Amino acid sequence: MSDSTAVANGAVADAHHHHPSYQRHHFETVEQQFDATNFAMWLFLLTEVMFFGGLFMAYLLMRNWYYQAFVEASHQLNIGWGTANTAVLILSSFTMAMGVWSAEMRKKKLLLLFLGLTWLLGMAFLGIKSIEYTEKWEKHHVPGLNWSEASFLNPASDPEVHEKYPKDQPLSADMASKTEMYFFLYFAMTGMHALHMIIGISILTFMIIRARSGAYTNGHVTYVENFGLYWHFVDIIWIFLFPLLYLISRY
Amino acid sequence: MSEQHNSHEENEHHIVSPFTYLAILLALLGFTGLTVWMSFIDLGEWHITHGVTLFWNPVVALAIACAKMTLVVLFFMHVKYSTKLTKLTVASGFFVFLVLISMTLTDYMSRAWGRW
Amino acid sequence: MSDDSNVNLPDQSTARIPKMNFLTKENGLLSWLLTGDHKRIATLYLISITFFFFIGGALAGLIRLELLTPQSDLMAADTYNKVFSMHGLIMVFFFLVPSVPATIGNFLMPMMIGAKDLALPKINLLSWYLYIVAGIMMLYTMAIGGVDTGWTFTTPLSTHYLNTHVISAGLAVFVAGFSSILTGLNFIVTIHKMRCPGMTWFRLPLFVWSHYAASILMVLGTPVLAITLVLVVLERTVHIGVFDPSLGGDPLLFQHLFWFYSHPAVYIMILPGFGVISEVISTFSRKRVFGYTAVAFSSVAIAVFGFFVWAHHMFIMGISNYAALVFSLLTMLVAVPSAIKIFNWAFTLYKGSITFETPMLYAIGFMGLFTIGGLTGVFLGSTGTDIHLTETYFVVAHFHFVMVGGMLMAFLSGIHFWWPKWTGRMYPEKLSQLAALVTFIGFNLTFFPQFIVGTLGMPRRYAAYPPEFQVLNVFSTAGATVLGVGYLLPVLYLTWSLKYGAVAGDNPWQATGLEWQTQSPPLTENFPVIPIMDHEAYDYEWLERQKQKEVASV
Repeated sequence: MSDSTAVANGAVADAHHHHPSYQRHHFETVEQQFDATNFAMWLFLLTEVMFFGGLFMAYLLMRNWYYQAFVEASHQLNIGWGTANTAVLILSSFTMAMGVWSAEMRKKKLLLLFLGLTWLLGMAFLGIKSIEYTEKWEKHHVPGLNWSEASFLNPASDPEVHEKYPKDQPLSADMASKTEMYFFLYFAMTGMHALHMIIGISILTFMIIRARSGAYTNGHVTYVENFGLYWHFVDIIWIFLFPLLYLISRY
Repeated sequence: MSEQHNSHEENEHHIVSPFTYLAILLALLGFTGLTVWMSFIDLGEWHITHGVTLFWNPVVALAIACAKMTLVVLFFMHVKYSTKLTKLTVASGFFVFLVLISMTLTDYMSRAWGRW
Repeated sequence: MSDDSNVNLPDQSTARIPKMNFLTKENGLLSWLLTGDHKRIATLYLISITFFFFIGGALAGLIRLELLTPQSDLMAADTYNKVFSMHGLIMVFFFLVPSVPATIGNFLMPMMIGAKDLALPKINLLSWYLYIVAGIMMLYTMAIGGVDTGWTFTTPLSTHYLNTHVISAGLAVFVAGFSSILTGLNFIVTIHKMRCPGMTWFRLPLFVWSHYAASILMVLGTPVLAITLVLVVLERTVHIGVFDPSLGGDPLLFQHLFWFYSHPAVYIMILPGFGVISEVISTFSRKRVFGYTAVAFSSVAIAVFGFFVWAHHMFIMGISNYAALVFSLLTMLVAVPSAIKIFNWAFTLYKGSITFETPMLYAIGFMGLFTIGGLTGVFLGSTGTDIHLTETYFVVAHFHFVMVGGMLMAFLSGIHFWWPKWTGRMYPEKLSQLAALVTFIGFNLTFFPQFIVGTLGMPRRYAAYPPEFQVLNVFSTAGATVLGVGYLLPVLYLTWSLKYGAVAGDNPWQATGLEWQTQSPPLTENFPVIPIMDHEAYDYEWLERQKQKEVASV
């Protein structure tokens, strides 16, 4: 009784002859491998939804409790940069989807083009973000570090924003202090999002290098497809952050 | 590399055409412009009952964001052409997120009627 | 063999452990540290969680020693706070959450579904490394002075009123959370995508169903804990104010987010134990599990309902009465699927051919103790009684009954049941039965007095207590000593059995299930050829026919 007995006779006997080099041995077919890894990436995205979900819950609460502060604080964000960033990310989702298409069609040059464009657009997003963050720092709107409520206690002291939103009243001391809460959530949510962008761009860099040697245009589209899912997800987070942070009320 | 035709493509052997992607891109950019434009217009409110008011601006903004998300999920992420399992997975993610939000709100919204 | 034993061992004079198995396939430290084999990873996990269990147990010993006397005389109150906090953190995150899934689940699940490995072996290994890193971070936290917030990190105590090592502990739990997420993710993908031909959902062993349900909770609940801990760290470092009333925040927001995970976490902890009990009760009654479909669906029901009840941990914390009403009602509902399982196991026993090997002793102990623990949960789920009982020793007794009398007994049941498969050796039966009995007696002596003393009003998390509670506390500490012996014995005799235990053969328990149709210990690839599943789960008639087909001797 030292050898195992197969459970039933006629078990799948053809097993290991030719399978592509990229098929792992615990999978029976390439389709199974693709299906499993794709499903795994979707499950990972579910965890990301719940991860950001906690931040969205905190935001929902604070915005409803301190609406006035949130409205006036959101006027400090430049709607031009925000819209530009949204367009940049949407475009990068398009180029990423085209990258997946190129891999499926086994067109290496196109794949490199689209992955490269996605990379550039991602960097453009981060560039715009850093312009915005720098502006926040200069105006003393970074909570916990160099925070000042002057722009909200007395909107006239901030002419740049006051011209665009003349109807913003000076806030009471109590409500003005809640603008710090808005900026905390702004930095936490966009910062967490930016961290995910940075991780995505890093993986994208690695993928571009691998794509050059034909790793994804030989039928093994799994990595590109699954990375695409991640990239689109990060775009979706921004699709919600944009109206929630920038577009609270601009009338 | 023997059995070919479409065996190494995405889930349902369906490759989405670049023209579809282009159409979705334009729709997404259009929605973005729409939501920015609407944020400059006061859409008013709906007084449901004493102390409970629904403001239309955030509703519209979130609706547009949901529409954009739907397009990205269905087309860029290929869910429209995916298995039932994938669709179920996406749905369950939304469901649990909504449970987090709604059940937490049962506390916050009922703490002081009218001052929420 | 005689009728009052289920065991069917090969002839010991000729039996040998198979030369080629997953333990002998490769040698050397790196072959273990860089393995993708789910069975090796399970072994690594088993050693790690045993290590952390004994650290948590030592801390429990310190708690019980302090509570021998009403005064806070063994240690300062602050130190006592650190001891019970570290006890809770280590036991919850480093023992209970990974216990069955990461050890027995990792080891068995692919075999039970007829697969060669989990879907993502490298992710599996990463999960173990994250566990180890988190463990080191937690040990470091202990070494530099520990945290005294309780394992629940309740705000604003943890964010504003303490200068202990909340950040370090919080980050350790954050990393451990990702270990758990990756395990759950791997299990879900494996169960969906790696079942062998013929293995339909309703032919799966109930062990697999319960791990599936627990994995859903791991994947969807744990990330909320992760973001909550991030917010606590930010609150402590940057003082953002999201949990600080003076800055406009709400400490209760922390609790909502924390318990959104931590309630499903208790189901993460218990569901895999339920799976073990299903297997053991069936095998030692020689009967299929009564109401397979009900047990399978009740596991999923627990997972779904488990997301809707978290605020029953917050009834007295300041949530609105209306919310308390809603959550209390839903809590009553979530008890139902667990009760369904107990009924089904009881009906499995009815008219079965019951034998009392060690795994069965633990399983029967589980049924009784978990039932008591679960019923006392209903007292706590009812808002009126909860006001009196919450934050007393009643709660402490409740969760120890379900977690120690329940989960830990299920874990020991599973370890003993699958030990022959894992190592190829049998443990010494008489000694193990004694240890099970000692554990049962010690457990009841430790924790039953705590129900009484809690109802009488003794608060939890206090180093000192009114003198009238001392007698019951002394009983409890005496029980803890007995319990400690009961837990030490298995470590000793299981280690002994690795060298001196009887050779087990493929299927010493004559159990159904694909894992029992392979050699013990199994090959690295589990099955030389992927099996085809052609019979229902727990099909003892099929097993009889198999035995008749087998060659009787070589």
